[in-house]
Amino acid sequence: MTDSIAPIESRDWLRRRSRWSPFEILFWLAALLPFILFPTYLPLASQIAIAALFAISVDLILGYAGIVTLGHAMFFGLGAYFAGIISVRGWGEPVSGLLMAGLFAGIIGYIVSFLITRVQHLALLMVTLGLGLLTYELANALHDLTGGTDGLRGIRTWPIFGQFKFDLWGYTGYAYTLALLFLCFLLSRRLVNSSFGLALRGIRENVKRMPAIGADHKGHLRLVYAISAAIAGLAGGLMAQTTNTVALDSLSFERSADVVVMLILGGTGRLYGAILGTIIFLVARDQLAGINPQYWYFGIGLLLMVVVLFMPTGILGFLARIVDRRK
Amino acid sequence: MISQIVIVLFDGFAFGMLLFLLSVGLSVTLGMMNFINLAHGAFGMFGGYVAVTVMRQLGLPFLAALPLAFIAMALLSVLIERSLFRRLYKAGELNQVLFTIGVVFVAAAAATFIFGTVQQVIILPDWLRGSVEFGGVRFGIYRAFIILVALIITALLVFGLERTRLGAQIRAAVDNQRMAQGLGLDVERVFAITFALGCGLAGLGGALAVEIIGLSPSFGFQMLVYVLIVVSVGGLGSITGSFVGAALLGIGDVAGKYFWPEIGSFLIYLLLVAILLVRPLGLFGKR
Amino acid sequence: MLKRTAVAAVLGLGLTLSAGAMAQETIKIGVILPYSGPFADAANQLQAGIDLYIAEHGDEVAGRKIELIKRDTGGPAPDVARRLAQELVVRDNVDILAGFALTPEALGAAEIATEAQKLMVVMNAATSVVTEQSPYIVRTSVTIPQLNYSFGKWAYEQGIREAYTLVADYGPGIDAEASFAKGFTEMGGTIVGADRTPVANPDFSAYVQRVADASPEAVYIFVPGGAQPAAIGKALVDRGLAPPDIKVLGQGELTHPEALESMGETARGIITTFHYTLERDDPLNKAYVEGYTAANNGREPDLFSIGGYDGMHLIYEALKATNGDTNGDALVEAAKGMAWDSPRGPMSIDPETRDVIQTVYIREIQEVDGELQNVIVQEIPDVKDPLHGAAK
Repeated sequence: MTDSIAPIESRDWLRRRSRWSPFEILFWLAALLPFILFPTYLPLASQIAIAALFAISVDLILGYAGIVTLGHAMFFGLGAYFAGIISVRGWGEPVSGLLMAGLFAGIIGYIVSFLITRVQHLALLMVTLGLGLLTYELANALHDLTGGTDGLRGIRTWPIFGQFKFDLWGYTGYAYTLALLFLCFLLSRRLVNSSFGLALRGIRENVKRMPAIGADHKGHLRLVYAISAAIAGLAGGLMAQTTNTVALDSLSFERSADVVVMLILGGTGRLYGAILGTIIFLVARDQLAGINPQYWYFGIGLLLMVVVLFMPTGILGFLARIVDRRK
Repeated sequence: MISQIVIVLFDGFAFGMLLFLLSVGLSVTLGMMNFINLAHGAFGMFGGYVAVTVMRQLGLPFLAALPLAFIAMALLSVLIERSLFRRLYKAGELNQVLFTIGVVFVAAAAATFIFGTVQQVIILPDWLRGSVEFGGVRFGIYRAFIILVALIITALLVFGLERTRLGAQIRAAVDNQRMAQGLGLDVERVFAITFALGCGLAGLGGALAVEIIGLSPSFGFQMLVYVLIVVSVGGLGSITGSFVGAALLGIGDVAGKYFWPEIGSFLIYLLLVAILLVRPLGLFGKR
Repeated sequence: MLKRTAVAAVLGLGLTLSAGAMAQETIKIGVILPYSGPFADAANQLQAGIDLYIAEHGDEVAGRKIELIKRDTGGPAPDVARRLAQELVVRDNVDILAGFALTPEALGAAEIATEAQKLMVVMNAATSVVTEQSPYIVRTSVTIPQLNYSFGKWAYEQGIREAYTLVADYGPGIDAEASFAKGFTEMGGTIVGADRTPVANPDFSAYVQRVADASPEAVYIFVPGGAQPAAIGKALVDRGLAPPDIKVLGQGELTHPEALESMGETARGIITTFHYTLERDDPLNKAYVEGYTAANNGREPDLFSIGGYDGMHLIYEALKATNGDTNGDALVEAAKGMAWDSPRGPMSIDPETRDVIQTVYIREIQEVDGELQNVIVQEIPDVKDPLHGAAK
């Protein structure tokens, strides 16, 4: 009897989950504020949007599927180099270049996922780290293609739709990155609130049970890993196009570690946590570095420690609890 | 050719032993409490600074500076463990990662503030400098010294673990923490002692490393990747594992660079990925 | 879009108004450096050079006060460097961009200098192409080919016929390898072997053993500053690869003060090429070193310090020439062909390439008054970067 009711309930549940709350609408409206209120912060805003997109890609695998990674900069960098290299080779059209960069990273991500799904825990962490560092060394070795440590030279991104030039103030840059962030967010939101997203959460909570209920958990993991890689590639491509720079740091361990830090800071498994964590980390960094360019990371370190001690579910988790309590 | 193989093995082993000292503590504490302490390398860094400082400011000899680095880091780690890390044992691995990364940031900033950004220099006594020739092969004396120190410490650790009461408690806590607790073992206390020992060894490793790889405030970050590789390849909670893992990594790194310099920088990562795909628990890991 | 344009117009108006009010007040210099991260020491030394110049020459030029705005990139991060340059221009209204310790960061910010038409003073980044990336870039440090091309030639003139090169596997290392080999082989020398070490390399023993196997007449070495010079120096000696059995050649980082201290006796006889020599006997240099060590707790100046010091000199003199006008084109014009006596020796800015022209010093580690020092054995005056000409 209950069998016939359950699907309807779960569909209801999913529908409820995918309904937009006023908070969300407010949040995205607020994302437009920099255009009006802080136009001199637009370059920072687009850097944050890019990092947030990258963090969302990590949240998809870490927060929803339980794949902890220390090497996701691999896909960010692959996307960045792909977008950069085709621009250097004469194709500077941003939108098509970006899509190709995302696709490229996604394909590599799918290939890599066959290795990733074989391991768990510390081994998983270290395999992702190893693959990331291998990619870094590869980019350094392919000096003629990538420009090595000096970085790729000669990236020229054409105006978007042949209309909107990337300007010094960063209006176009932020509009472009924000649009991409929003689109990818919509996609991710749909994904995690689908039955596929539910299956992922099932895997995260108990890997062993999933095969028992007939779910192809490895197939699910591979797919979400490829999607996540593609989104990371898009973020990297955006960086290459909006700044016309790509260098080895786009593939570095530091970038992989930073994105995980930002994500945990905001709170995992919530998508908005990725965005919020990125905003807080990068704004705090910018402000602290403005006060003292040499010791800013002391403050960042304290911030991380305080958040763990007092907000163990991340900043967003903390806020959500407060809101719940008010109700 | 044989002499080249010998020298590559020797150099690689010496480098591996340095990595062993820097990482064995993390392996054991991670295996025991599942506590991910990414700040482990920071203890190595401060150990190096302690050694440099007591030699410069107090004029102590190098051989006195090494145990001081050990003691200072062991004490510091007890302080930090009791005041901060203790709260995190049940906090989940992501929070541990975030918190200890925060500690690395703070440690790097503190080191910059106290010691400046400059590369630190350690002046070795004359008898540790240069090299000796043996059967047509020149061995660096300092590298031989590192190997000697590491072997003595390994022997002490293995003996201590097998033959002492504390050793038995540690083994029990690593094997099955709940069971050990159920039997009335004060796991937290055992852990605190182990943690202090491990951090002390990292401090000693840091002091020994100054001469080979230098010392600056980014040491903690720099060594993090190496330390994690040793721990994961060796397997959690295993001294033998860390020893073999570190030796393998050191020799693999040096031999790879010597015989195939084109792929020298790739080799340790290839090794890492290959080993973990075949043995996800590491070479000696049990769980 | 209409809204966006309107907002931009309003802001643009606000900008011009505030810019008008700013005139005749302070001159803002945005300094972009990796103050934190693995290159923090370079940034620190460079900043100390800047600070020393300002302390010595006052913070007022052509009747206007100088204000520094420091921004941290946190390591090699070209996208961050570019953003910071952008922000410095649009938010802080800086008049001049300066700093740039690392090549990728200079390359990242170059476009902004062009677009905003601001003078950009590169105080370190040493890859040849940097100055070609924007007509507003002027460099006061050095280029790697400048040092090593003539060094290769010099090595041949000293009777060396076969050399092995061992360089760090990254942009500067590869540049150094290529330009040393070019100078050396053009004269008739032979490169008998070439290896590249990973940039972050904690252990050199394997590579040094390869050199020992080849037993060449000379080995040429390029490693980044910091811990590596001492490490490689000691690894060489451990293998018996030391003068006089083999000539050890390298770029000046190899024998910087901390490396010398760490290497001790083993450094004796190493020959390096550099544009700045701490021990150079010259009143200007003596005063500079004295002032620097007094201001920095006994720490001695290095290549980064002199790049920052001379960079500030260039900015001050250019501002004097334009009478305080901060227009980018005017400042670049003023900088072109500028020549002065620096603590490093005579130097000038090439009016064609906006790159530095200076004396290259060949030094050997010798004992002076019981202390090992870099002793200048040859001066090669007025060296230009050899690659700029080659491209044309």
